[in-house]
Amino acid sequence: MKNLAAAAILALLTLPVRADPDPGDWQAVLAEAEGETVYWNAWGGSTITNDFIAWVGQRVAEEHGVTLEHVKLSDTADAVSRVLAEKTAGQDSGGAIDLIWINGENFAAMKRNDLLFGPFAESLPNWTLVDVDGKTVTTDFTVPTDGYESPWSMAQVVFMHDTARLPEPLPDMAALLAWAKATPGRFTFPQPPDFLGATFLKQALYDLVDDPAPLQAPVDAADYDAVTAPLWAFMEELTPNLWRQGRAYPQSGPRQIQLMADGEIDLAISFSPGEASAAIANYELPDTVRTFVLEGGTIGNASFVAIPYNANAKAGAMVVANFLISPEAQARAQDPDYLGVGTVLAMDKLDAAARARFDEIALGIATLSPAELGPALPEPHPSWMERLEADWTARFGVAE
Amino acid sequence: MTAFRRPRGAVPRLPALTLLVMLGPVAAGLFGTLAPALGVMPAIGRVEPTLAPFGDLASWPGFGAAMRLSLVTGLAATAASLAVVVMVAACWQGTRAFRAMERLLSPLLSVPHAAAAFGIAFLIAPSGWIARLVSPWATGWERPPDILIVQDPNGLALIAGLVAKEVPFLMLMTIAALGQVEARRSMAVARGLGYARHTAWLKTVFPRVYAQIRLPVYVVLAYSMSVVDVAVILGPNTPPTLSVQIVRWMGDPDLAMRLRAAAGAVVQLGLVAAALAAWRGAEALVAMWGRHWIRKGGRGGGEGLLRAAALAAGGVSAAAVILGLAGLAAWSVAGFWAFPDALPDGFTLRNWMRHGPGLGAPATETAIIAAAATAIALVLTIGCLEAEHRFGLRLSSRGLWLLYLPLLIPQVAFLPGLQILMLSFGVTSGTMAVILGHVVFVLPYVFLSLGDPFRAWDTRYATVAHALGAGPDRVLWTLRLPMLLAPVLTAAAVGIAVSVGQYLPTLLIGGGRVQTLTTEAVALAAGGDRRAIGIYGLAQTAAALLPFAVALAVPRLVWRNKAALAHG
Repeated sequence: MKNLAAAAILALLTLPVRADPDPGDWQAVLAEAEGETVYWNAWGGSTITNDFIAWVGQRVAEEHGVTLEHVKLSDTADAVSRVLAEKTAGQDSGGAIDLIWINGENFAAMKRNDLLFGPFAESLPNWTLVDVDGKTVTTDFTVPTDGYESPWSMAQVVFMHDTARLPEPLPDMAALLAWAKATPGRFTFPQPPDFLGATFLKQALYDLVDDPAPLQAPVDAADYDAVTAPLWAFMEELTPNLWRQGRAYPQSGPRQIQLMADGEIDLAISFSPGEASAAIANYELPDTVRTFVLEGGTIGNASFVAIPYNANAKAGAMVVANFLISPEAQARAQDPDYLGVGTVLAMDKLDAAARARFDEIALGIATLSPAELGPALPEPHPSWMERLEADWTARFGVAE
Repeated sequence: MTAFRRPRGAVPRLPALTLLVMLGPVAAGLFGTLAPALGVMPAIGRVEPTLAPFGDLASWPGFGAAMRLSLVTGLAATAASLAVVVMVAACWQGTRAFRAMERLLSPLLSVPHAAAAFGIAFLIAPSGWIARLVSPWATGWERPPDILIVQDPNGLALIAGLVAKEVPFLMLMTIAALGQVEARRSMAVARGLGYARHTAWLKTVFPRVYAQIRLPVYVVLAYSMSVVDVAVILGPNTPPTLSVQIVRWMGDPDLAMRLRAAAGAVVQLGLVAAALAAWRGAEALVAMWGRHWIRKGGRGGGEGLLRAAALAAGGVSAAAVILGLAGLAAWSVAGFWAFPDALPDGFTLRNWMRHGPGLGAPATETAIIAAAATAIALVLTIGCLEAEHRFGLRLSSRGLWLLYLPLLIPQVAFLPGLQILMLSFGVTSGTMAVILGHVVFVLPYVFLSLGDPFRAWDTRYATVAHALGAGPDRVLWTLRLPMLLAPVLTAAAVGIAVSVGQYLPTLLIGGGRVQTLTTEAVALAAGGDRRAIGIYGLAQTAAALLPFAVALAVPRLVWRNKAALAHG
């Protein structure tokens, strides 16, 4: 074993070591990026997102000679595992992953374990256009990004309802519970730890607590039992009235949409205000579906891209990250014909031509306007999500 | 040519090389899993061996239920599959219906597990095809009923899905075994003594057949207990089976969860071992009872009912797979399709135009990996069999166990460890590594498929050829292999089908960079877009089926003047 280990270390030491690109010297980054292949690990469960990433690949190939390969994940954490496995094995350069679509607890875990390259985000040329003041793009679930990830889309919780069966929006969680009791079996959410299901728990918690302030600090600093007591009381009442009496759950957001298309449920949670419109256009939802937000507001967050510390094509990855926050890419992402997500750019920082791109976009029949969406509530600290997931699983996720 | 030649050249070394290629990765992977299970994982600063991960595992609230699920679904699926196969064979062997069923087997067998599971899920769900066909006119359902069918907590849907896929496998193995036990003569004697058909079969043929298919039955048991892709699609989630939960922990952002996952993998391995031991014990009990039953000498009756039931059971399990695929095909061209419409509002090629271009790259990758892994497996298999023929290095019954070992050890127990070890020794992930990973699983099937026809070849041809001055190599290349063209191609088709269906090895060894039709299909399953799943499921099935068609057609073309060779 010892000899083999020594041989492995020797092999690693003799690999040609290349200095990391300097994000501050953009010309050098561009020069180095040309001809590189960037492996972007991104969740592959959504067809429209996959199409958008393919388009990004086309554009960066045309503009900068960067080849983009979309590695389709079923779970972003797979990419975290991969980088960890590489670090375990001492592979500190030439890693398999160049760019990860990431946020929340995955980012917190990678940052905590020094698995990320950077800071780079604030050196990207298009960073000057980003709405740093108005949108939560420099903190990720309250964890400061410190330039280790670059934002590319904004999301906010909305509820999709089939107006053929549930005509009126529900103002708050109490109304949701009353409706669920009146029509049992017509609502469910993706099973936590799916992020959308966990988001439902956080959204319910926000709506049910008197004072949301403790949610912004780590969970250990709060009286967890007292803060979450109303949530668990709510869930105890809600769960028997869920689809399948809460004995089974859809495993992802799109599965939940499929349930709605099949007429099995009438209400569903979504983290993308434009998702319903896009799904209607793709025959994935009936055209009677509309969206609403709770009167007390809904949670919003940003999606980011990050670069692993041992990425093989860091320069190319930065070029892709920069393209993602260009007005061209952001306008396309906001267009429900293509993706339908919120932009991270500040309209007042754009020139007239760029702003015109955004003005031309028709939001789609089921999409709320920014004014209707209202301000987004900030994500709780990631430790809340972990604790809520574990607690929910123990209470409802392993029913016997 | 001397009479006593020492073995020379590469051929005598091939059996050892084969074992190394097949078992090396398994052993290495198990070692790589054991270390984190004992708390050793330097990447997160854990270097002290400890049993803490097992304690942590036991304190997970779903632990008992997940273990029980793995055990119950595995044992039930295996027992049910075996029962269906035995019933069909006992009641129908030697009839025209049986031969018709035989022809259905290869296609059914090659349908990848994930594709079959998707199809079945859409058939039996409350909003599925069956419910749609009888609604609303018969049931009054304007909307899908709120009943828990797919992903039920007891794993019944999972068991059904596994049975539908394992029946063809066990049936194929049974048919192969029937050829070796001279079933016809035993049956003639027993029927002459007045035994009913199925009683005659069970009393005289089954004991010998079971001895032949024991290892395949064990493979089914180990597989059913630890399968991941089928369990994700059809299995429960509150909690899931142990192996699904292990894969989830492997993917948890909290890196310390890897330790719990590794401990779970070790428990899964122990669980499979315990179940195999229990099955073995049950075999002895059944045998004891069976001897008593045979001695009593009952002739048996009630044949008609039993025959009908057997046919129905076999028919339903085949129909589930075939109708499921038809459902995938319907979804792949569906416009909007609401409940309870039996068919979509309209048919459109838009889905295919949208996903079609994306199929090219993974299809090519799938073909390259399957072809290379199968080629390696074929070379090693033919080398081993030829070594056996020339030097008498025959595989003992213990050797046969070794052949089955990669199929008996749960994939989830050794693949994660293998991934870390490969990295440590500088084997970069990529197509080449995935090919070698697939060989581990392809080789046993190719060997099992080719072994019997290869050995059954009449060696008097070789004697004649030697007498005419041909050396052993020439006999192999110009005589034996051409004559065995049909079985060699069938073995290749089996190997390709196995490779096409591999999910975990491709995902873990390929580091996510190697994308085949199967990894794409399962990633899409996370999304649940039935149209995309339909398209990828069909493409995946086609990739596995096409080689079987080629294996059937080519010998007929090549040997069109020599009818006896065309069928091997």
